[in-house]
Order: sequence, then structure tokens, then C-alpha cells
Amino acid sequence: MLKIHIERCKGCGICVAFCPKKVLAVNEIEKVEIVNEQDCIKCGQCETRCPDYAIFVEK
Amino acid sequence: MNMEEMIDKYFRPGRLPHIWCPGCGNGIVTGCIVKAVAKLDLPKDNVAVVSGIGCSSRASGYLDFNTVHSAHGRALPVATGVKLADPNLNVIVVTGDGDATAIGGNHLIHAARRNIDMTVVLYNNNIYGMTGGQYSPLTPEHSKAATAPYGTIERSFDIAELVKAAGATFVARATTFHAPMLADLIAQGIEHKGFSLIEAVTACPISFGRQNKMGGPADMIKWQRDHALPLAAFEKLSEEQKAGKFPIGVLYKAEGVKEYTEAYDELIAAAQGGK
Repeated sequence: MLKIHIERCKGCGICVAFCPKKVLAVNEIEKVEIVNEQDCIKCGQCETRCPDYAIFVEK
Repeated sequence: MNMEEMIDKYFRPGRLPHIWCPGCGNGIVTGCIVKAVAKLDLPKDNVAVVSGIGCSSRASGYLDFNTVHSAHGRALPVATGVKLADPNLNVIVVTGDGDATAIGGNHLIHAARRNIDMTVVLYNNNIYGMTGGQYSPLTPEHSKAATAPYGTIERSFDIAELVKAAGATFVARATTFHAPMLADLIAQGIEHKGFSLIEAVTACPISFGRQNKMGGPADMIKWQRDHALPLAAFEKLSEEQKAGKFPIGVLYKAEGVKEYTEAYDELIAAAQGGK
């Protein structure tokens, strides 16, 4: 459902901050991680503002 | 086409991750350019992207169109040459606040005055990021910069008002918070026959945000959300309420102004005696 290109992620945390359902987190190596995928509502806030094209919502 | 397919289609293969810092908004703006091209379904060979020098101007190297990464401040003269050589091209100029309004400021007003058909996407991050955080003509008054450790005493340009006064016929503004609106405005600018400028308000967390204690990348995007207002709502505010706020959306549009390459073709036809 959520597709992450981990090699593009720089761990800026924008997706984490704008996710309304706390689905995402930045881990200790400064990469995005899915922590709660079942709560994802596919709103696309993460994809819209990811500056690195590292996260996409697959509909 | 979904966003992932757009990135695969319009970015040069193997060029990601890009060079921009963690949290830099330039990637969001460049994504909006790609969305606009996809929305209009423009063939890649019919698009020319011309950039100057600076962080934002690196975008031309990532995009899989006809591209020129030109000299500092000189994107508009190069773009003018490209457009005159082939008026059928959709010319998109990628430039930053320093590149467009300081070093290239004179080119900007004269390209606007000519009303030559091109779309300028001005990435406004309020600072010269690449060279180490010097203040630019779009750094807000009293903000700190590497060259203004006590805050700049210069007033900043309202770039939308400047290009409107210079003769631009489509002027718009959005932010990276309002990314879908930004993509739509860029598409409108490309469709508009004449000189279009879209100011994209974007965060530089490293060189601007840090010195001005604006928090992290997400905080800077929330700042955009809290300070931008649609034009109609902005105009209803009193002068006091307007302080610190700025309008977004289509700010100005003029129809019926002669476009430069059309005028040029007419002149050639007239000089040749209609032959």
C-alpha cells in the first residue's frame, strides 16, 4: 500500500509530521519506516510533500 | 499516471537521490513542474527547461526534457534565444530568488516587458543556499543571513508586484505546503500565451531556517500554511492584519497583450514585403 524507495530517503521527517494517523517514523539510521500501516487512510499527505520522491501511496 | 510513474517518466534515469539537503523544498517544487507537464500531457521533446545557477537551478540536470543549465542570472536570455529559435517549444525557466532577482534582475524585468511566452518557476527560499546563506533581494527584512548576522536592514522585493509592473501577463504564487495548487498554477502558466511567473515559496532549512530559528523542515512548511492566504481572503484583511501574511493563487492575469515571438514573426513577414 505504501511504497518506499529507501535509497532516496534523507530522513527529513516531513512525511512523519504531516501523516494524520501516525503511520510513519524516522528510525535511528535516519530513514523513514512504516510503523503502523493498518491505520493508513491513503490520504497522500506523505507523497505530496516528500521532497525526495521516496514514498508513494499505491491505490 | 500516478506520482511514481511521473517521476520515472520525466526524471533522467539513475539521477536520484538528488543533491538537495534533507528537508529542502526544491524537490517538492520540481515534482510540481513534473505534475504540470503530465497534466497537460506535453511531449518531452516539446519542453525546454532552462535554468541559471543555484540550488534550484540544479533541477534542469534531473529532468528528462531539452535542458540548459546556463550561467548565473542568465537563464532568461538563454530561454529567450531558445524560444525565438523555436516558438513551438514550451519553455520553462527554473530559477531561484538570488538568480532571478539579483544577478538576473535586469533580465527578469525585460523578459516580462517583452511578454515573451515562457513560464518562470521562481523557487523562493529567501536565501542564497548553495554559496553559504548570503541574503538575497527576497530575504525578509530583519532576517538573519551569513552576510547579515544582526539581520538584514534591506526591504525585500514583492516579486509578484515587480513582474506585474514590468509587464508580465500571468503572475501567481503558491507554497510547498500548497503543492497541488502549485502544480495547477504552473500548468496554467504553461497554457498562458505570454510571460508567466509562478513564485514557489519553498523552505531552506539549513541556510535560512537554522539562522532564523524556524525549526525543522516540517515546521517551515507549517509556517507556509499559517502565513499564506488565498488572494480573495487576503484582500478582505485590514492593513494591520495583512502584516506578515501573503496572498497565493493567481494574482494577476492579462489577456490580449501581444506576445513577443508573434510580434517578431509579423515583423519578419512585413520586412519581407509579405513574400
